[in-house]
Amino acid sequence: MSLEKNHVVPYKTYVFVLLGLITLTLLSIAITEIELGSLAVAAALAFAIIKSFLVLTWFMHLKYDKPYIILMVVFVFAVLFVTVLVTFFDYLYR
Amino acid sequence: MEHVKQIAHEHYDPEASKIGMWLFIFTELLLFGVLFVIYSVYRYLNHGAFELAAEELDPFIGAVNTVILLISSMTIAMSTTSLQKRNRNFTLLLTGTTFVLGVVFLVNKYFEWSGKFDHGIFPGSEYLINNFSQGEILFFGLYFIMTGLHALHIIIGLTLIGIVIWRVSTGTINADRPVLLENTGLYWHLVDIIWIFLFPLFYLII
Repeated sequence: MSLEKNHVVPYKTYVFVLLGLITLTLLSIAITEIELGSLAVAAALAFAIIKSFLVLTWFMHLKYDKPYIILMVVFVFAVLFVTVLVTFFDYLYR
Repeated sequence: MEHVKQIAHEHYDPEASKIGMWLFIFTELLLFGVLFVIYSVYRYLNHGAFELAAEELDPFIGAVNTVILLISSMTIAMSTTSLQKRNRNFTLLLTGTTFVLGVVFLVNKYFEWSGKFDHGIFPGSEYLINNFSQGEILFFGLYFIMTGLHALHIIIGLTLIGIVIWRVSTGTINADRPVLLENTGLYWHLVDIIWIFLFPLFYLII
């Protein structure tokens, strides 16, 4: 009825995603233990971005959603990215 | 069956509900997004002090809380599957697990914060003002505001999950009307994503 094309995701998929997320968490801890200086910030953020991508795609079902919802999510993250970029241009070159 | 029920079904629009939830999530992302911008700018301006202050935080507790939240996210994601498979008891078990894990997260947070308070680290404390530099005070201010706002979201999420558990058990959330469970799941995953960024920024980058 109201279920439209609701995709039933197998339990196994969620377990794999969780294992991936925990592995990435442990990796991000391991990589910040090494003295990398400012690279550590970039590495930790890269891991966080990959993790949130996994959560958005699988846990939040974006993989099975209609394209316009994905488009809206991408747009909001683009707005955030531009905000960060513009703020830093301001601080770096004022 | 009954006439009244059919009228209620006519006003049921799962897609509109989902869009509404996503729009709300966008406002939440921008709210936390701007806080992350504030954090980044202050970190850029006082990065030595931020690194010094971050050493006061225990990455182990942060990591444990990260894993707890990730597992709770998985269980609530799984509950949408079990609801579609019309397995009510398993749905209750999964949402119940999410609820318990959320409470455990808050308990950890409580011990973490009270440990800081005991050491005189809290916004506006004399000890902080007299013994720490401006940059370190900024770090702790941001730490308390951002993790506090996140904890508030956990409390709101727990309230929603409580309502979901009750309505799954009474059967008003079921395989044909799953939208409240799905939207609560989306909210809980949002809280998870925010923590995914808070954890490395406050605990890991030392």
